[in-house]
Amino acid sequence: MEGRVARAGRALWLAGTGLIFVFLIAPVLVIVPLSFNAEPYFTFTEGMLRLDPEAWSLRWYEQVAFSGEWRGALVNSVVIGLGAALLATALGTLAAIGLTSPGMPARRVVTGLLISPMVIPIVIAAAGMFFFYSDLGLDRTHFGLILAHAALGSPFVVIAVTATLSGYDRNLTRAAESLGAGPLTVFRRIQLPLIAPGVLSGALFAFAVSFDEVVVVLFMGGLDQRTIPRQMWAGIREEISPAILAVATFLIALAVALLIVVERLRKRAR
Amino acid sequence: MRRRLRKPALALPLVAFVLVSFIAPILLMLARGVHQPVVRDALPETLAILDAWDGLGVPEEAAFAAAAEELRAADEARLAARIGGRVNRVRSGLRTVIVAGARTGADGAGAGSARERLLAADPAWGDPATWRALRTAGERFTLRNYLNALDLDRGADGAVVRQPEERRVYVPLLLRTLGVSAAVTVLCLLLGYPVAHVIARAPARRARWLLLAVLVPFWTSLLVRTTAWIVLLQQRGVINDLLVWLGLVDDAARLTLVYNMTGTLIAMTHVLLPFMVLPIYSVMQGIPPRFMRAAESLGATPAQAFRRVYWPLTLPGVGAGALLVFILAIGYYITPALVGGSGGQLFSNMIAFHMETSLNWGLAAALGGILLAVVGALYVLYERTVGGENLRLG
Repeated sequence: MEGRVARAGRALWLAGTGLIFVFLIAPVLVIVPLSFNAEPYFTFTEGMLRLDPEAWSLRWYEQVAFSGEWRGALVNSVVIGLGAALLATALGTLAAIGLTSPGMPARRVVTGLLISPMVIPIVIAAAGMFFFYSDLGLDRTHFGLILAHAALGSPFVVIAVTATLSGYDRNLTRAAESLGAGPLTVFRRIQLPLIAPGVLSGALFAFAVSFDEVVVVLFMGGLDQRTIPRQMWAGIREEISPAILAVATFLIALAVALLIVVERLRKRAR
Repeated sequence: MRRRLRKPALALPLVAFVLVSFIAPILLMLARGVHQPVVRDALPETLAILDAWDGLGVPEEAAFAAAAEELRAADEARLAARIGGRVNRVRSGLRTVIVAGARTGADGAGAGSARERLLAADPAWGDPATWRALRTAGERFTLRNYLNALDLDRGADGAVVRQPEERRVYVPLLLRTLGVSAAVTVLCLLLGYPVAHVIARAPARRARWLLLAVLVPFWTSLLVRTTAWIVLLQQRGVINDLLVWLGLVDDAARLTLVYNMTGTLIAMTHVLLPFMVLPIYSVMQGIPPRFMRAAESLGATPAQAFRRVYWPLTLPGVGAGALLVFILAIGYYITPALVGGSGGQLFSNMIAFHMETSLNWGLAAALGGILLAVVGALYVLYERTVGGENLRLG
């Protein structure tokens, strides 16, 4: 009797948690087949369910690939994302080394300050940046957005590099120094290769943050700075067309690629 | 020795960069909430006269002369509409009065004294309330935006009073935002705890696959996930189609799941769930299964073992995840803006509205200051209990 109750409870538990996993992953996965819809609908047509090849098509992918707007947006996103990731990674890696060094004063306050771009509501940051960068004449420029996105991405670099540095053996630095290496040589030949996985995943995080950022672009960017998220935002608000689902599928593929690389790097760091 | 001193300095470039490119813009924006020089700078003489005025009767002739002259100059500098807008925020209906006054001044030298010209332009210039509003709008430093953002007002005698009930907007919205954030946090905990537990207990190989179900959405663009929910929840969307096909819902009575608060709640829970799962999972990984077995071998029922042993050990992860989800939810903008419709908007959306649509930047800054204070207090709490450097990235 009790065995049956326990078994029923266990089945219920499995079904329940299974549903939560479905809730997590299904919305992302559903987008993919819908982007091949031959009709401009956002649901599975009967033809699609019958696997009728006529009901499936690449028309939305063609539409996006041949659209000047989307291609311009891709270029903007890549340029701004690379610039922001480069800047955030350079500054963030140095800062992580400084933060984890033994003599660091006011570590908690400085960490709190450096992490703040992750936590402060994006609308507040975007509003502030709109006024500030306009006064400097940097609104509606790629450079202004690179600076803004670098600030938003830098906490991710600091966190990723700090995590790998916590496993770094300081005796290696001492050994290299005792053999006559200068601080720059120690950094370049000893420390950097060892923390490289953390630096690289930090850079990927920073790139992903910029590549997905829309609010600052909405406030600060002009027509020439339309990025992919900005373009999607307009698409969702104005006329939501399945072309968006094609772009979304591309972004999901990109996310999975980034995720795989970062997980590989994480394993290497251990 | 030199070397040891130099290392912490490596943090300086990023500290300087974050201060200049991120913190300074926010502080300067917040300053806009209390510092409003436009009217004062355009009408210095008028305001100097009004500062000495008792505020009761109609001001003396000199005030009319100064106002007519300075408004005319402001009109030439294309500032009249802006000043009108500022005064209008103090007392609505005065925009046209100010602009009309500025235009008569410009027509110029014509008939009568400055007083007669202004009164001819709009009789409201004979109302002391107009001048009082002008004086208030001319305060260089003002708490008006903050009072406004807290649904307060100054009475005729200068005492702070609450706005009449039908005009209270921002405090109820803040409370609603806190309520939605709390609801999302609870939902995330209810859904995230079992997920973290299943992954932590699974054999290594399967755990990696299960973890993907958390990490793929975590890495997927926020806009993509929000789009996915719009597509799924629409009246002609996948979920309604499924419910109709199952016969649970009549085709004529499809559920309204999106562009309202339901949509905001579902999409926000989905978007923030990984932030709950990951910290709980990392704590659960460190709890050896033998603890539970020990408790049960000592006679505890599984429920008791969970309640007295397992749950307390997972509390650090639960606290970290819950606080993080709550903090992120309070400031949420994109998801409510896209799936919230008119009923599912949160505090950040109101700030964006005043930034982009009403162009009342002083009020936007004050609302931002209030939101920042709430988030800041929670962040300090997070920093004290979890530690900022322990933030995990999945």
